[in-house]
Amino acid sequence: MSANDLQHPLKRARGLGSAQSGVGHWWTQRITAVALVVLGSWFVILVLGLLHADYATAHYTVGRPWNAVLLIAFVVAAFWHAALGLQVVIEDYVHTRWREIFLLVLVKFLAVLGALMGVLAVLRIALGV
Amino acid sequence: MAEFSLPKNSRVQQGKHYPAKDAKKPRTFRIYRWSPDDDRNPRIDTYEVDLAACGPMVLDALLKIKNEIDPTLSLRRSCREGICGSCAMNIDGTNTLACTCAIDDCGSGDVKIYPLPHMPVVKDLVPDLTHFYAQFASIKPWLRTQSPAPARERLQSVEERRKLDGLYECILCACCSTSCPSYWWNGDKYLGPAILLQAYRWIVDSRDEDTGTRLDDLEDPFKLYRCHTIMNCTRTCPKGLNPAKAIAEIKKLMLERRGT
Repeated sequence: MSANDLQHPLKRARGLGSAQSGVGHWWTQRITAVALVVLGSWFVILVLGLLHADYATAHYTVGRPWNAVLLIAFVVAAFWHAALGLQVVIEDYVHTRWREIFLLVLVKFLAVLGALMGVLAVLRIALGV
Repeated sequence: MAEFSLPKNSRVQQGKHYPAKDAKKPRTFRIYRWSPDDDRNPRIDTYEVDLAACGPMVLDALLKIKNEIDPTLSLRRSCREGICGSCAMNIDGTNTLACTCAIDDCGSGDVKIYPLPHMPVVKDLVPDLTHFYAQFASIKPWLRTQSPAPARERLQSVEERRKLDGLYECILCACCSTSCPSYWWNGDKYLGPAILLQAYRWIVDSRDEDTGTRLDDLEDPFKLYRCHTIMNCTRTCPKGLNPAKAIAEIKKLMLERRGT
């Protein structure tokens, strides 16, 4: 008999109680998804427009103010959404505690790094530095 | 990691075969068998049943098997009319009630019958629903009020009562919860569609005065937000209810009180 068998099932069902959070995560995931539908479509059109373009044209197009702003928004939304989604996948499927925590932290770090790199790349082109 | 393959002692093996003699209308049932009393692996026993001498529902066939072919088969049943929820099991690949599932509606070929998925098995087709019931108790499924009790019953308009339609009919058979992959992987913390539908039934009840506390208790990444709208719950519900919609309504209320 394990220690758990001595507990009332209600004790196990109630667990640690409610975390009083979750709605923010859920809503942000949806907001970023909506943003990505718009920004993603725009991004595909932008890239299609650059087919067969030379380096100077591509450089100029990315550096134009509105394109740069939307590109940064796209990069941030994409990494934000990816981090939130991967967090859910990891919480769903990885049930070894140390692996779960390791992966959750790793995803957050990589997402922030990826977003920063993307933003910096666009800024360098846009600001010409 | 999640369990994608069965441990060695759970691998299902081929079991006994009980042929029907002189059957006018034979139909084969392949049924999951496991007993805690021996150390054997689970097995699938094959029973041939003469439908000419059997009622039309899967439960009729199961009871015929238990009464006339193999009395060691264990299953739960009570009302035989879809109101008690006892005979919930996985029939022909779908969780449903054996008593309201017609044999003729099962696909061609053998009728495969398993216990509700991903629950501990007590014996054969009897799952251990202890945690499921404890989760139900954890949402305090009764009318909770702050105002003093009136002299007579607490009243409700016809419109307010109508909001409970599609919710009060739930019989807690656990078909939906045990069809939900999220409940399979995280059932220890995720409340699952049945309990969340029941929670919404009290949240939306015009007479209940503890709505905020009920939402507080559900606002949790695991208790509520493990629902990823997979929709197996709604697809499988033998009462034709829509737990996924009830969960979506809870999520909307969470957002409403927080503000976007």
